[in-house]
Amino acid sequence: MRVIFRTILLYLTIGAGTGQAALTIEITQGMEGAMPIAIIPFGWTGSAAAAPENIAAIISSDLSRSGRFAPLPDRDLVANPTTAEQVQFHNWRMLNVDNLVVGQLKETGAGGYTIQFQLFDVFRGKQLIGYSFPVSHADLRRVAHHISDLIYEKLTGEPGAFNTRIAYVTTANTGAQKSYTLLIADSDGYNAQTILRSNQPLMSPAWSADGKRIAYVSFENETAEIYTQDVASSERRKLAAFKGINGAPAWSPDGRRLALTLSRDGNPEIYSMDLASRALRRLTTNAAIDTEPVWSPDGRSIVFTSDRGGAPQLYRIAASGGRAERLTFEGKYNAGADFSPDGRKLAMVHGKSGAYRIAVLDLETGLLRVLTDGQLDESPSFSPNGSMIIYATGTGNREVLAAVSVDGRFRQRLSLQAGNVREPAWSPSAGN
Amino acid sequence: MKYQLNGLFAVLLVGILAGCSTTGDKAAVGDAAVEDRGTTAVTSGVGAAGSFAGYSLDDPASPLSRRVIYFEFDSSNVSAADQDLLASHATYLAGNSGQMVTLEGHADESGSREYNIGLGDRRAQAVRRILELQGVAPQQVNTVSYGEEKPAAEGHSDAAWRLNRRVEIVYIGR
Repeated sequence: MRVIFRTILLYLTIGAGTGQAALTIEITQGMEGAMPIAIIPFGWTGSAAAAPENIAAIISSDLSRSGRFAPLPDRDLVANPTTAEQVQFHNWRMLNVDNLVVGQLKETGAGGYTIQFQLFDVFRGKQLIGYSFPVSHADLRRVAHHISDLIYEKLTGEPGAFNTRIAYVTTANTGAQKSYTLLIADSDGYNAQTILRSNQPLMSPAWSADGKRIAYVSFENETAEIYTQDVASSERRKLAAFKGINGAPAWSPDGRRLALTLSRDGNPEIYSMDLASRALRRLTTNAAIDTEPVWSPDGRSIVFTSDRGGAPQLYRIAASGGRAERLTFEGKYNAGADFSPDGRKLAMVHGKSGAYRIAVLDLETGLLRVLTDGQLDESPSFSPNGSMIIYATGTGNREVLAAVSVDGRFRQRLSLQAGNVREPAWSPSAGN
Repeated sequence: MKYQLNGLFAVLLVGILAGCSTTGDKAAVGDAAVEDRGTTAVTSGVGAAGSFAGYSLDDPASPLSRRVIYFEFDSSNVSAADQDLLASHATYLAGNSGQMVTLEGHADESGSREYNIGLGDRRAQAVRRILELQGVAPQQVNTVSYGEEKPAAEGHSDAAWRLNRRVEIVYIGR
C-alpha cells in the first residue's frame, strides 16, 4: 500500500548570506607555470578593531582558484605595504614576484566603505591599474571578486569570472523524507542563498543570459513542471505544465525564448517557447528521445541529445527547426551538452566502457578531448570566460562538484560539509 | 498469460486462499486463472461488487501486489514474465474503470539527468501501451518520469542500478 504524500514543503526564500562558505573549494591538481603574485593584506581604517572582510584573502583565493596564479603565502611576505609609497620594489624582485597588489579598506560611516587597490609590475616598478570603489557592507565580497576580475584581465588578457555565481541542487535525507534545495552561491562558494526547497525533485537550473532569472524543473506537484524565477525578488512563474515531460529548459541568448523538452505529443521532443506569448514552436519530429537543448551563443542554432541513431549523441538544428546534423561520432554515449561562451566548443557527458566523463568537442577541428577521470561525471557548465568547466561527480558515496580548466591541467573540488550537491550551472558574467 | 485473472476470479481466489491453511503459492493462482479464462461475461458483475475488488489489490499473495517492472540497461523492453504480470493489472483495471494508476518511470544514475528523464518516460509509455492494448482506458493511466531522481536503491553498483531501472505502478487512492 502506498500513501501519496501531498504535503509539499516549499519555501521561496532568499536567505541572508552567512559568513561561511557553503561550498568548500579545494584545489586537487595544481598547474605548473602559475604566475607568482603578492597580495598584501589590505589596510583598515574604521571604528571596529578588525576589518569586516579580509579583502586580500578573497582576492588571493580567487586568483589561486583560477589555476593561473600562485599567490605568495602570507608567511613569505617580506613587508606589508598598504600604499604605493610604502612599496620597496627591490625586496619583491628578490622573491621573483612578478606582480604586487596593495590596498586599503576604509569605513565612510553609515555602513558604507571604500575599497581602493593598486596592481604593480614589480620589475618595472610601475602601477598597472588602480581603482577606488564605494561599497555597502553587503557588497564587500562582490567588490573583492570584481577586483580579482580586474587583476586577472590585466595580467592574462582574458576576462575573469570571479564576480559570478553558481546555481546548484543539494539533497539531504531527513528521516524517510528527502529534501531538495536549489541554491545560488558566489563562485567562491560563499553567500549561498536558497531559491527553492521541496520534498520532491528539483532539476536542471538554467540562467537567463542577463543573469537575472533562473529556469528550473520542479516535481513539487508530483509531475514535471518548468518554472522561471527572478533571482533578486524570488517572484516566479509556472511556464510549462503539459502532460508528460516538461524538462531541460534553456534560455535563448536574447532572453526572448526558452527551448525545452515536452512529451505532450507522445515522446520527448524539443520545442521553443516565445516567453511573451507562450506560443510553442516544435523543432524536432522523431520517435527517439530528443532532449537537453542548448542555444549557440549567436542564437542561430540549438544543439540537443537524441538517440535517433540508436544511442544518445549530439545533434545540431537551426533555431527555427529543420534538418538535424549529427555532431558526435566518438563513443557510444554523448549527451547533456553546454556551449562554450565563444560558441567554438561543446562540453558533454561522454560515456565509454561504463565510465561517464566530461569531454570537450572542438567544433572547428572535430577533435574530442576527455578532461575528467571520474566514473559518473555529468552536468558540465562553462564559466562565462570559457576558461573552466564545472560539473558534478562522485567521491565515495557523496555527490560533489568539481571544476577543470578547459585544457584539463588544473582541477578543483567543491563540496558541502554534509549532503550531496549536483547540477551546477555557472552564471553569465552580466547582471552585476 | 499465466497470471491473467479476471476480476471475479481474483475475488474468488482471494476467498479460497484466505480460507486455506496452506499459504497460497503463485503458481497455483496462475494455473487456476488460466482454466477459468473466458468468463468475460461476469466482469461487469465484478465491477458492481467493487467492495470485493479491493481485496485482490491488497492481498500480498495476489500478482497485483507486485507493482514494479524492471528493465535492462538503456532498454524499455518488458520481459515475458512482466508481460504476464501486466496482464493481471490490465484485467483488474479494465474491470474497475474508476481506478486510476500512475506509471512512474525511472532510470539508473548513469549518464545525463534529462536524458534519463527521457528513458524513464519511454519505460512508462511501454507499460502504458501494454495496459491499453489489454483494455485499460487511456484516461485511467497517467505517467510521470522521475529519471534518476528517485532511486529505489542507493549506491553505485550494478545491483543497485538494476533495482532503479523500473516502472512503478501506483494505484491512486489505495
